[in-house]
Amino acid sequence: MNKLLDLLQKESVLLLDGAMGTELFARGLVSGGSPEEWNVTHPERVQDIHRAYVEAGSNIILTNSFGGTRYRLKLHNFQDRVVELNRAAAQNARAVADAAGRTVLVAGSMGPTGELLIPMGSMSYEECRDAFAEQARGLVEGGVDILWVETMSDLNEVKAAVEGARSVAPEIPICATMSYDTRGRTMMGVTGAQMVQELAGLGLTAVGANCGNNLIDTEAALAEMHAAAPDLILIAKANAGMPRYEGDKLIYDGTPEVMAAYADRVRRHGISLIGGCCGSGPAHIRMMRQVLDGVIPVPEVAPLTPQAAAPEAAGRTRERRVRRG
Amino acid sequence: MSDVESLLDDLYNAVLDGQAPAAKKIVGQLIEQHVAAETILYDGMIPAMDEVGRLFETGEVFVPEMLVSANAMKAGMELLQPLLELSDVKPLARIVLGTVQGDIHDIGKNLVGMMLKGAGFEVIDLGVNVPPARFVSAVEGASIIGLSALLTTTMPNMKVTIDALTAAGVRDRVKVIVGGAPVTEEFALEIGADGYASNANQAVTISRALLGIEPAIAA
Repeated sequence: MNKLLDLLQKESVLLLDGAMGTELFARGLVSGGSPEEWNVTHPERVQDIHRAYVEAGSNIILTNSFGGTRYRLKLHNFQDRVVELNRAAAQNARAVADAAGRTVLVAGSMGPTGELLIPMGSMSYEECRDAFAEQARGLVEGGVDILWVETMSDLNEVKAAVEGARSVAPEIPICATMSYDTRGRTMMGVTGAQMVQELAGLGLTAVGANCGNNLIDTEAALAEMHAAAPDLILIAKANAGMPRYEGDKLIYDGTPEVMAAYADRVRRHGISLIGGCCGSGPAHIRMMRQVLDGVIPVPEVAPLTPQAAAPEAAGRTRERRVRRG
Repeated sequence: MSDVESLLDDLYNAVLDGQAPAAKKIVGQLIEQHVAAETILYDGMIPAMDEVGRLFETGEVFVPEMLVSANAMKAGMELLQPLLELSDVKPLARIVLGTVQGDIHDIGKNLVGMMLKGAGFEVIDLGVNVPPARFVSAVEGASIIGLSALLTTTMPNMKVTIDALTAAGVRDRVKVIVGGAPVTEEFALEIGADGYASNANQAVTISRALLGIEPAIAA
């Protein structure tokens, strides 16, 4: 049984949540602190965040477990608490979802290990897979409905994460999103089309783009995915723009209006799972809900300004060196 | 064309293509032919890394290619480093890198470190979550301090670090460059940095510019 597909049949578009990290900092997490530890030290604050998103209209909420693999937890010396912290993350979201009075699904967030796979780095595929399996075990024990691999750059890390997740929960729906933050590709150079082609055989319920650098690049990557695989269920969970300083405050360009207009655009392009990432809070999600429900008109916002355009796709002009004799 | 020149071309191409075993083997051959370590470095490997950086800048290659090229150069450097030290060839300058306090992300910083090494700089990596005081105490002997941050919540610690350098009276002894996903040129100016790099290749470009170093000459 696939709870995600069931819910999608009832509602043609599902609203995800917004950022977790910035909301944690707003509630007192200090820089350098472990967000995942808060699942056991401050469960009420984590649940507050989930509740704010549910009240704003999210159909799916993501657990506070983005850095929950042993590789990330090691940086806080919590590498031996993987299952415990992920289980608690799932339980926090589960408690809020179950109290919602309507169907809210819990997706177990699985972010990158932060390590590079061999030959670029020193992590083996097997080590990577096992790390995600361990995280998935905790999330599943805590009662997630979906396992949600996100903000990835490297296709092989996605594959390892999916394989690891599948090994502990063969039946659970799995989704995967990558971050298109480098000239419309991921940091590792993956395009939207490559992503859907390479992951086609993995039986993912949905794939897509999250985080990223700007809405234009993220939406372009999604358009590529849609063109490459029109029947695929797609996810858009984009950043509310990039932050800049205004006086002493960090401001994201992506206001609720900008994000609501984006939600309307991506829905019209056939994307059915829509949310926000860094810089999007409950206010953004609420306005996205209102626009998706047709309660308020689509805000008119100024066109987005893209970052420096990607260069024309020219043939490889790697300059070889052969000297004259 | 002499054997040596042909070997230097092969070395350049091996680094460009990210072929570590080949790069190491060719460096060994060049050493056997008594080619100066400095020549092997500045005429063989650094120009190849410059070309990789250029391709990265224009979007023709991405991080994976950059990493395998850096690994190929590193393989060659294993043989070359002892000879460089013996012949008293000094690195271009010392650059101290670190991810600022509160931030534990290191991929971007590591890429910057690799490209700076690839350009011939000595790189001292202080790691992640580096308190301002550790940057201050690493100033001695350094020409540039490079600060990295991935999180919007830790960006302000770049300013805290620069202010700490000022308070310790060492700010004018080093150049400070900053980078990381949320960092912009505008932000760099606001916090009093000397330079901003949006990627690892630009870190090389800005470091050279700040120190008045000419790029290695590509053939």
